[in-house]
Amino acid sequence: MTTRRAIALACAALLVVAFAWAARSVPRGRPTTRAVAAPSPTAPAPPGRKIKARLFYVSESGMKLTGVERDVAYAENAAEQAREIVAVQLGQVAEPLVSAVPTGTTLRALFLTDNGQAFVDLSREVAAAHPGGTVNELLTVYTIVNVVTANLPAISAVQVLVDGKEVDTLAGHVDLRRPLGKNLGWVQ
Amino acid sequence: MNARAVPFLSSTFSLALAIGLLSQPAPAPAPGPSLTQLSKEGRRPLPIVIIGDQEFVGLDDLAAAFQLAVHEESFGALTVSYKGKTIVLTPDQTLASVSGRLISLPAPLARRGTRWLVPLEFISRALAPIYDVRLELRKPSHLLLVGDVRAPYVTVRYDPLGNAGRLTIDATPRATSTVSQEGERITIKFDADALDIANPPLAPQGGQSLVQTVRVADATTLVVDLGPRFAGFKAAAQPVDTTMRLVIDVVAAQTETTPAPAPAPPPDLPGTPAPAELPPALNPPAFAIRTITVDPGHGGDDEGVKGAAGAKEKDLTLSVARRMKAAIEGRLGIRVLLTRDDDRNVPIDERTAIANNNKADLFISLHLNGSMRRSASGASIFCAAFDDDAHAAAASGGAERLPTFGGGLRDIELVPWDLAQTRHIAQSDAFAAILEQQLHGRVPLAEMPIGHAPLRVLESSNMPAVLVELGYLTNTDQEKLVTGDGFQSAFVQAIYDAVVRFRETLGPGGTP
Repeated sequence: MTTRRAIALACAALLVVAFAWAARSVPRGRPTTRAVAAPSPTAPAPPGRKIKARLFYVSESGMKLTGVERDVAYAENAAEQAREIVAVQLGQVAEPLVSAVPTGTTLRALFLTDNGQAFVDLSREVAAAHPGGTVNELLTVYTIVNVVTANLPAISAVQVLVDGKEVDTLAGHVDLRRPLGKNLGWVQ
Repeated sequence: MNARAVPFLSSTFSLALAIGLLSQPAPAPAPGPSLTQLSKEGRRPLPIVIIGDQEFVGLDDLAAAFQLAVHEESFGALTVSYKGKTIVLTPDQTLASVSGRLISLPAPLARRGTRWLVPLEFISRALAPIYDVRLELRKPSHLLLVGDVRAPYVTVRYDPLGNAGRLTIDATPRATSTVSQEGERITIKFDADALDIANPPLAPQGGQSLVQTVRVADATTLVVDLGPRFAGFKAAAQPVDTTMRLVIDVVAAQTETTPAPAPAPPPDLPGTPAPAELPPALNPPAFAIRTITVDPGHGGDDEGVKGAAGAKEKDLTLSVARRMKAAIEGRLGIRVLLTRDDDRNVPIDERTAIANNNKADLFISLHLNGSMRRSASGASIFCAAFDDDAHAAAASGGAERLPTFGGGLRDIELVPWDLAQTRHIAQSDAFAAILEQQLHGRVPLAEMPIGHAPLRVLESSNMPAVLVELGYLTNTDQEKLVTGDGFQSAFVQAIYDAVVRFRETLGPGGTP
């Protein structure tokens, strides 16, 4: 009995340590939640099934975003759907559309937390190839934030990561240390 | 000894050199300027000869000026002697021996006609070490200082600021000066033997400029010719490292009432007239705003936005920040701290820390905008934006009871560093609105001139704070505009007026 109690205590201690480790691993800005990598779709969508998604590009004025509807592959869960949408958003576009996201930027990973926040991990080009400017940077960030939050109502905020890491800014202006909520004020 | 002394430029010497010339043809030299030999006895020119991209001086001229003996050795070398010390020069060689030590010259000896020429560096590298009086060669200004002469290197810069302007005159090494006004000119007399200064020191400003020209009146005196709008000035000098910096702020007779107090002239500058005739705008400052931090965005390897014509955001922000500092400090008596005063990269948190640690009353970050569309244009002002969670987090920071120096306890309000701005949003918005009014009609504004965004540099500022975009460098017309003097003067004047009006809205304690 004593042995069993000792084993139980040891297991409890291990659980406490594991929980503490997991809590420390959670990115800043969501201290009350636990990061959960979005599961892969268990049942692949039928080929060819599409949804309408609202993507965002630089408006004619150059100081706002403009929404454009596009077909995006359907996915069975929110995380996979978010990946599909962001991947299309990052794809190359032809004139007259102009993307606020630097060419060459790719999606490395995307995962959701259980309190409706998304973490979008982009390749280093999003910062390294960024031409700078406050408005440019705001449009880049809110392209990503809005394309996720506007198309997936269950997601309320997005934190942009670069090359797997939390960053201060992309080009010296917009604070990326915490998740940002949808802001359609940047959309005309 | 295998040497034989010859009278300088004797026929024997000339013949030997002529023989040398046959075996070593030199490129045709072009006539050049002169090297001014400056000593207590006065000035004396030493002709300079330019060969290729090198400046030379005649060895015969040096010999005459410094009592040198020049000998031709049988093995082809030249020896230059002064009071028992010897320099050995060899044709075709850039190395020379100075009292047995080897030194390097940028070019070997050259020949022009019957004369030997040595590079200017011969004076500083070979002659100075053996000479018993100080020789200081200032090659860029073609000056050769002989003995204990004081000839500070003087630079003059003028920053026009709408109805005012600032002359910054640096003298290195430090030299004090006396400033006086005589009619329509200000005279600056330096305590020195001569000035090492470009002539003219400042390009003519022309037009309605408060300062028309700055010219060299004599060896140690500069004269500032003033424009017709000039009303008064104040001068202040302070040492900066090895430099003595003289700042002269000039103001124009104003046609509108703009509060612009001027501190009294410093007592250490004899001859500085009391600005009794200054316009009524020059009143003692209210103290609701004592310190402003101006943040020139980017810097160093972080160049910010780059325009098609080459303008860089980091350079423009620094240029405008310096103008703002001159205008606000000079005319309002408010201390202005720059987060950087040179081309270097300052981390964002450090910029805010400079403002917070110096208890600044206002923080203004300067930037140039960029867009993927070249059509984007206009200046804009940003204030920080926080979501509800951030406001709640800032409010829940609580207070902590801490001991004080005088004894007892005091409740200290705790606010997270990156949420400090949450307490100042209303005042930041107020300043932004005032600034928009002042910019309106003076510089082109964006369609929506005021915006709110989660901007990192503003969030940690523990005082009213705005980020101002002067315009879009990605717009070719805007790039040309914002790099111009007229735009920058108008922009700085608008900031100045906004600070004045913002200060008027604050009570003596800095609160509305």
